[in-house]
Amino acid sequence: MTIKFWLNGKQIEDIIPDDILLLDYVRTKGCYSVKRGCETANCGLCTVLVEGKPVLSCSTLAARVNGKHVTTLEGLQKEAEEFGAFLADQGAEQCGFCNPGFIMNVLAMMKELNDPTEEEIREYLAGNLCRCSGFVGQERAIQAYLAKKKEEVSE
Amino acid sequence: MKFVNTPVRKKDAMALVTGKPVYTDDLAPADCLIVKVLRSPHAHAWIKEINTDIAKKIPGIECIFTWKDVPKKRFTMAGQTYPEPSPYDRLILDQRVRYVGDPVAIVAGENDACVDRALKMIKVTYEVLEPVLDFHTAKDNPILVHPEEDWHALCDVGADNKRNLCACGKDEQGDVDAILNECDYVIDQTYHTKANQQAMMETFRAFSYKDVYGRLNMVASTQITFHIRRILSHALDIPKSKIRVVKPRIGGGFGAKQTSLAEVYPAFVTWKTGKPAKMIFTREESQIASTPRHEMEVHVRLGADKSGRIRAIDVHTLSNTGAYGEHGPTTVGLSGHKSIPLYSRVDAFRFTYDVVYTNVMSAGAYRGYGATQGIFAVESAVNELAAKLGIDPVKIREMNMTKEGDLMPAYYGETANSCHLEGCLSQAKKLFGWDDKFPVKDMGNGKMRGVGMALAMQGSSISNVDTASVSIKVNDDGFYSLMIGASDMGTGCDTILAQMVADCMECDLDNIAVYGVDTDVSPYDSGSYASSTTYLTGMAVVKTCESLRKRIMKEGAKLLKCDPEQVDFDGKKVYCLSDPSVFVSLKDLANEAMCANDNALFATESHYSPVSPPPFMVGMAEVEVDMETGKVELIDYVAVVDCGTVVNPNLARVQTEGGLVQGIGMTLYEDVVYSKNGKDYSNSFMQYKLPTRMDIGKIRVEFDSSYEPTGPFGAKSIGEIVINTPAPAIADAIYHATGKRFRSLPITPERIIMEDGK
Repeated sequence: MTIKFWLNGKQIEDIIPDDILLLDYVRTKGCYSVKRGCETANCGLCTVLVEGKPVLSCSTLAARVNGKHVTTLEGLQKEAEEFGAFLADQGAEQCGFCNPGFIMNVLAMMKELNDPTEEEIREYLAGNLCRCSGFVGQERAIQAYLAKKKEEVSE
Repeated sequence: MKFVNTPVRKKDAMALVTGKPVYTDDLAPADCLIVKVLRSPHAHAWIKEINTDIAKKIPGIECIFTWKDVPKKRFTMAGQTYPEPSPYDRLILDQRVRYVGDPVAIVAGENDACVDRALKMIKVTYEVLEPVLDFHTAKDNPILVHPEEDWHALCDVGADNKRNLCACGKDEQGDVDAILNECDYVIDQTYHTKANQQAMMETFRAFSYKDVYGRLNMVASTQITFHIRRILSHALDIPKSKIRVVKPRIGGGFGAKQTSLAEVYPAFVTWKTGKPAKMIFTREESQIASTPRHEMEVHVRLGADKSGRIRAIDVHTLSNTGAYGEHGPTTVGLSGHKSIPLYSRVDAFRFTYDVVYTNVMSAGAYRGYGATQGIFAVESAVNELAAKLGIDPVKIREMNMTKEGDLMPAYYGETANSCHLEGCLSQAKKLFGWDDKFPVKDMGNGKMRGVGMALAMQGSSISNVDTASVSIKVNDDGFYSLMIGASDMGTGCDTILAQMVADCMECDLDNIAVYGVDTDVSPYDSGSYASSTTYLTGMAVVKTCESLRKRIMKEGAKLLKCDPEQVDFDGKKVYCLSDPSVFVSLKDLANEAMCANDNALFATESHYSPVSPPPFMVGMAEVEVDMETGKVELIDYVAVVDCGTVVNPNLARVQTEGGLVQGIGMTLYEDVVYSKNGKDYSNSFMQYKLPTRMDIGKIRVEFDSSYEPTGPFGAKSIGEIVINTPAPAIADAIYHATGKRFRSLPITPERIIMEDGK
């Protein structure tokens, strides 16, 4: 089938197999940040934004994004660097394999929640698994990032 | 500027957080053949017939291989120093299949779809055999998992395939039975830990291709790059000189990738077809056909006098290696050798063990490597002793635990030259508020808060076996290349080794380019396992830098036209001791060394250690149990670790936090569950629950550093020890909350409510 959509701001028209998953499809387009960690929508590694909302690309048919805007970490390099620096300053990126999906969801959370509490952060990101860090360093990074954002606003 | 003991960023951090394509599957050529294996539906069967004719006709299929096509030489997939203690009990494909998931055929084709179709079209006629599924009955069972005559063990590990024995052994000192008879109190209990999946986010994967010289090139997500070369040579029966193995970034390992799980299949396809090939395990395959923690049943007899002085420890471990013996003979050793020595002042100890084959997936290496299982048992027994005597568990440790300078007879006779266990315990007690919280608090709402604690130890490298090397060269303008043979699997060894180089060479961290493992280029390193990299490869860095400094000074002296004994190097320049104003900068020296020079500014040194200094730690847990539902909520976990000098405080902290959460998962959630026919039910993250960020409560980590004289900058290891305290500490916290003892894992709400916990 033919789809027409925007990938990281660039319009793409393509003939795709009906049953190809968004995850596999965006990887064929060079978006290698999108990773598969499971086949059961449990790990959050494949998180991308469709129309600005986080979705699991392992459970979304590529056909479903026809006419829509899809964003992967490749399209958010500046934001990834900005938040990622806080993660790096904790050493909490570790193996890095879960980082892109996690960061996509953190960036989505930043847009959706204003000044989230610790509990809200944990709930929002509950679907992003990480086997290396034990999550604690990720949360320190988020707190430091939020603090900096607040500082910027008050300046 | 000093870099050791500072929290610098990992050198690869920004590439990882921005999602750069640096992992195996990101790098695989687009035209790779897709390789998958057909897996056995039976726990034990003999392949009578296998017909691939129809499957081969499917468009896009390149080749299909069965047991008839592969070399008939047995090997092991365990990544260990040669000769491996793990028996040679594998073929790439065998006519006998030994667990549900054992490979039956290899299929390679142009894409996933045709390969998946072909897998369905292979017709196999099995003679289904009775499996051995209960590891208690495996030894001397008439059903043999490995009856074949060509099974063999290279090392004397007490293995006997005609008895389903992968290993057995014994270590003792003093008369345990006599001392136990004299003891006023004896705890005599059996503790059971289950198989657990490492569950690294990147599943097993590798790709291969032939290079311009016709050699087999393998890019693998592995912790054991050099061992992979040997394993492929054995499996494919081709010379090692024909193989090159490269490690890109790895998406986690935790020991899983200390076994060559994926590599042999694409390698065989490439070797046969000359075409690039890749194999990516699904999560399901990573759950059912992988290399989880050895299930162990540990029988402990622990004797003490009235005052609470522990006098004797007797440990017997029964370990389940599953269908193949990878890491079977070695993991079991740690269940005694790294639990009993926490109490080295005992009058006698004994440690005996059996490791048995069964028809479930092969076990392997998982962080802690047997120590985790042994420490759950011994520390639980010590907690039970404390309860029986009415002594505070902290107090009983203060009375009995190993202290700096103690000889540890059960730890290969080594002495604890660096041990701040006392400091760790007092700091943990204070930070946690132990005296206020112990033992239990009724919250008045049907919930009880209990606390528990445990000690732990591990090793730092395998003494007299592990070998580490690094090479460092001086390039134009005086920047360095550091070539390492150890695998950074996300833990950050590329960075911490560079931190050490920076301090030894007195230069900036950015002045060092790190090159990860390539067996054609890197100096030999046994690999990243056994808590060896910081301690052992770190020492190779220290030695290599010493050699390189000498070469730099020799070159400087030549340029300055003075005696090499009469110059020094301060990281920036070589200068005359008699007149420091006479000098040559490293930059000029390096550039001049590229013109008419016969002194290579390059050094390689190797290192091994005759000792394996243990890191030590204390873990304290506070849990809240809902007495009506059995739900356990983790409120607080405090860990204080003595890993010697902390090379990078951030990375050491995150290692600790990550290890604790894996330990929490093992204690409360994670369980590999089989059907009565040996099918693994826990085949996805739906069935196999990993802890999420909702499950962890508050976690606090501190360090109390001793100084290890044989380690680089005084460092020991950190990677494995950190998984060892949660199980015994949380189990005792649940005991204090509920009055029920749980001696097997995981401790689920159902069990808390339904079992009597006697």
